[in-house]
Amino acid sequence: MLTSKGFEAAFSYWQLFLQGVVCTVSLSALTVVLGFILALLLAVCRMGRARLLRILAAAYVELFRATPMIVQVFIIYYVVFNGVKVLPGVKLFGFIRFDRFFPAVVALALNSGAYLSEIIRSGIQSVDGGQTEAARSLGLNAVQTMRFVVLPQAIKNILPAIANEFVTIIKESAICYTIGVQDIMSAVNAVKGATYRTGEALIIATVLYFCLTYPTSKIIEHFERKMRRGDIR
Amino acid sequence: MATSDKLIQVKNLKKHYNEGVIKAIDDVTVDINRGDVMVVIGPSGSGKSTFLRSLNLLEVPDSGSIIFEGVDITQPKGPDGKKLNLDVHRQKMGMVFQHFNLFPHKTILQNMTLAPMKVKGLPQAEAEAKALELLGRVGLADRANAYPIQLSGGQKQRVAIVRALAMEPDVMLFDEPTSALDPEMVGEVLDVMKELAAAGMTMVVVTHEMGFAREVGNRVLFMADGKLLEEGSPEDIFEHPQNPRLKDFLSKVLR
Repeated sequence: MLTSKGFEAAFSYWQLFLQGVVCTVSLSALTVVLGFILALLLAVCRMGRARLLRILAAAYVELFRATPMIVQVFIIYYVVFNGVKVLPGVKLFGFIRFDRFFPAVVALALNSGAYLSEIIRSGIQSVDGGQTEAARSLGLNAVQTMRFVVLPQAIKNILPAIANEFVTIIKESAICYTIGVQDIMSAVNAVKGATYRTGEALIIATVLYFCLTYPTSKIIEHFERKMRRGDIR
Repeated sequence: MATSDKLIQVKNLKKHYNEGVIKAIDDVTVDINRGDVMVVIGPSGSGKSTFLRSLNLLEVPDSGSIIFEGVDITQPKGPDGKKLNLDVHRQKMGMVFQHFNLFPHKTILQNMTLAPMKVKGLPQAEAEAKALELLGRVGLADRANAYPIQLSGGQKQRVAIVRALAMEPDVMLFDEPTSALDPEMVGEVLDVMKELAAAGMTMVVVTHEMGFAREVGNRVLFMADGKLLEEGSPEDIFEHPQNPRLKDFLSKVLR
């Protein structure tokens, strides 16, 4: 049962929730940046001339898309990082435990890189081949052609899909509380343990997640409109 | 100066598709001289577009060579023994496409300054001044800040022509530049091309505009089935055709 007393009890831990928001936002933001760079590399490998790179990139993408996220997170945390125990025990912003946070970022970035690379690849392929021909015949090299002509058009085409992926990252980052990352879900867990109020804490978490994801998609929508200027007569 | 006026030498150029079943270019050898306005005609599927696109290696031939300003650009290595940088040669060959291929996310001015700034390293102000001057020449200076989609087909193609000219090429390649245009816009594009020819630009033009071939061209090539079947002055080709395929083609297009 949800009660106002329950909410009061849960709200008294507002600092935990605030920390959770800071943690979830940093986790997602870092994941987006690293995941996007990885995705660009993967997309270039998959469309490149080197056969071996093409196969490796394709295998990577298929592997990460075909296995559960929680398994990936656990493997990165328990197998890859705990096995070597290399991470310093520093705390970001004074509370985020780096030895939990960093493996989570790596796992999320590896996962979203796989998804984003497929989105980027489809975006690049959606740009008319005549654009590349025109750029190359003007003397631009392959990298300049990609950077100034193909990618800007590709990204415009795939912005809705990218926005979707960014929102997905924020939501899926909730899984990281299972390895002790102090995100929003972890705050829910702590409040549950301290007050025995589960429902109220979950409602607060729901509202917080929504307040993160909804503006994110709205902001990207704004950029999408801005980039569509070239399409309006 | 016998060799220096040869701008592009095409030797035994061959390009096959489907394991050699379709011969897009079948052993074509021709010299393009400085100042030539060479018009390539022929039925569709004759390989004339593939031939033109091979000149700047947008199509990579299976065999044969293309010697542009003394350098065989089909070879992996340049005359200095280093890896051949095709981009250096491509920027001296302007190309105009059937479907314009303007960059839709950039304004007309940005379309024109991109390559001069990024490839030649021109300062923005200089690139823009040059672009505006060229746009003025084709009567489009007032559209500099428009986006390509806001222009008519004829305007787009005029921009595409001056975009190529902004790189100050030594030769201009035209791949059916008027085929995608509404009939009333063909004239304005052909006029720009005529002015260019009159100014002495070397041009290779693939077109179905027989009037242009006759009036502006100084040499006409007739291609069919990937072969160069006949070559001559416009008068030779249109008044005294020899090859039966050419006679048949002309009887259909000239009426």
